[in-house]
Amino acid sequence: MTETKVSIKNLYKIFGKSPEKMLPLVQKGLSKSDLLDQHNHVLGIDNVSLEIPEKQIQVVMGLSGSGKSTLIRHINRLIEPTGGEILIDGEDVLAMSETQLRELRRKKTSMVFQKFGLLPHRRIGENVAYGLNIQGVPDDEATKRARHWIDRVGLTGYEDHYPGQLSGGMQQRVGLARALATDAEILLMDEAFSALDPLIRFDMQSILLELQEELHKTIIFITHDLDEALRLGENIAILRDGSMIQQGDAQEIVLKPADDYIADFTKDINRAKVIQLRALAKPVAIFDGPTLRGATVLDEALSPLAQAPDQTVGVVNRAGELLGAVTLTDAIEALHG
Amino acid sequence: MEFLLEFPALGRRTLSGMKQAVDETFKAFSRTYGEALENFFDPLLQFLIWLEKLLLAAPWPIILLIVGGLSWLGSRSWKVTIGAVAAFVVIGIFDMWEDTMATLAIISVATLVCIVVGIPLGVLMSRSDRTQGIITPILDVMQTIPSFVYLIPVVMLLGIGKVPGLLAVCIYALPPIVRLTNLGIRLVDKDVLEAADAFGASPRQKLLGVQVPLALPNIFAGINQTIMMALSMVVIASMIGVKGLGVPVLRAISNQYLALGLMNGLAIVALAIIFDRVTQSYGKRLQAYRQGHGND
Repeated sequence: MTETKVSIKNLYKIFGKSPEKMLPLVQKGLSKSDLLDQHNHVLGIDNVSLEIPEKQIQVVMGLSGSGKSTLIRHINRLIEPTGGEILIDGEDVLAMSETQLRELRRKKTSMVFQKFGLLPHRRIGENVAYGLNIQGVPDDEATKRARHWIDRVGLTGYEDHYPGQLSGGMQQRVGLARALATDAEILLMDEAFSALDPLIRFDMQSILLELQEELHKTIIFITHDLDEALRLGENIAILRDGSMIQQGDAQEIVLKPADDYIADFTKDINRAKVIQLRALAKPVAIFDGPTLRGATVLDEALSPLAQAPDQTVGVVNRAGELLGAVTLTDAIEALHG
Repeated sequence: MEFLLEFPALGRRTLSGMKQAVDETFKAFSRTYGEALENFFDPLLQFLIWLEKLLLAAPWPIILLIVGGLSWLGSRSWKVTIGAVAAFVVIGIFDMWEDTMATLAIISVATLVCIVVGIPLGVLMSRSDRTQGIITPILDVMQTIPSFVYLIPVVMLLGIGKVPGLLAVCIYALPPIVRLTNLGIRLVDKDVLEAADAFGASPRQKLLGVQVPLALPNIFAGINQTIMMALSMVVIASMIGVKGLGVPVLRAISNQYLALGLMNGLAIVALAIIFDRVTQSYGKRLQAYRQGHGND
């Protein structure tokens, strides 16, 4: 459907004194706890492969210690892997020289951090222009472009403030504007909204979704929050103890959890607001009666379903083609999981 | 029994032979390289002489104006500015103007030398733990060894005069600026550095754009300490021929002139307080950005 932008293949990261010696053992199946007990090395990433499609939001989810922040730092090589491959646009990131890597970080990727990582001695305008200054963009050009992005994240008028004078939510808008200002195609967001309180987090998610609608960047978003993952992620990958345990879209994660761990995760979410009709549609040859769009969530579909003849509606895609039919019973069963 | 009561030291002959060997070697070294070293330090000497002459030749009202102006620029406080000018007026009234100018000249040049040598050294030290491991003990020795001990080789090499005095002051005053530059750079937030890395900053861009600016308050505390320590060396430096407020103090010690010693001593204290207040408040203003408000 879409091209792969970032491709991670059989990635391993082992922390400790001699990770290279441990790699073959781990590849032969030595477990994380045995590695720690017998060899005093920590397995950070365990054979992770992930194809990240371009122009979409790929969420990587996991609890703390699952290796998600380690994983995202491999993409721009802030952390060196112990084994495996990372390709961006088919280019081998691990084979890059210092200079090529710097070029990649300047032009192709940009990053938003959990703790913002703003430069406390530079004003907001200068912070947003930082990536451009590093690239050597002339000052007035950089200021102009920075101002544009400051406006876009809703911080007009704050150019001359220092980061320390802004609230956490506003600081992260600066972080986002700084990352967008370089026009990089890949946006790495490491728990970008995790430090913010729930209302502001929701606002920031809205800003991101709104910007994404027109910018179409490849976004890799790390989070430990399932609601956030389901709201933002077109694709979701779940990590535990450094290994990938499930990949798929929100529907698959909620309706077909790969194991009890994920089922446990999804237990508390509001299924009515996540599950879409397209995930429940059973194929039918023809259907005449009321139809609903496949992207309709159950929350909105229940009352049309109850009112429909036979309590059944047809499900159509954006183009109006019939995907199948859903009954009220199907919907209620899906709600109860 | 005798063995236990008296420490089995090397024999007197062996020891004096060793001492003589060291002395001879150093004398040979100083004969060979003394002149080259003197030539090396000549530009510094010329600069020091030029500054001293300039300060002495300038009309006193202009000096007062400059003192007031610099104090205001540094501290932005009327109290400090008026205090500084008043102190210089009192110094002038008590006829210590010329000695004070000479001291001011050597302190300025010594501080400048310490900054030029110390900051790069501190940066180097912050780059690797090994360099830090090598330089730290050297700094410790520089700070603790009695000044008279390193005056001996300095005087043997360069004789008596301004340059050896300047060197003695610098040896004693250099450590704080090196230490605090190193510390300041090491204390820079790792998250901020990671952000700089993620945007593709080169090592140079990181150093000049992130590490040094964020370490500046600490570096400034180092400069402040360096100035204070340089001032405390004024009397000792006067023993090897540096003019200034130390000379009358030295005379007062050998002749038991209480008033003379006290007056010149207080003048040194006044200089120290002015330098300290001005540099400290300037250092504080450097971190104005840290005083955030509206944080949640």
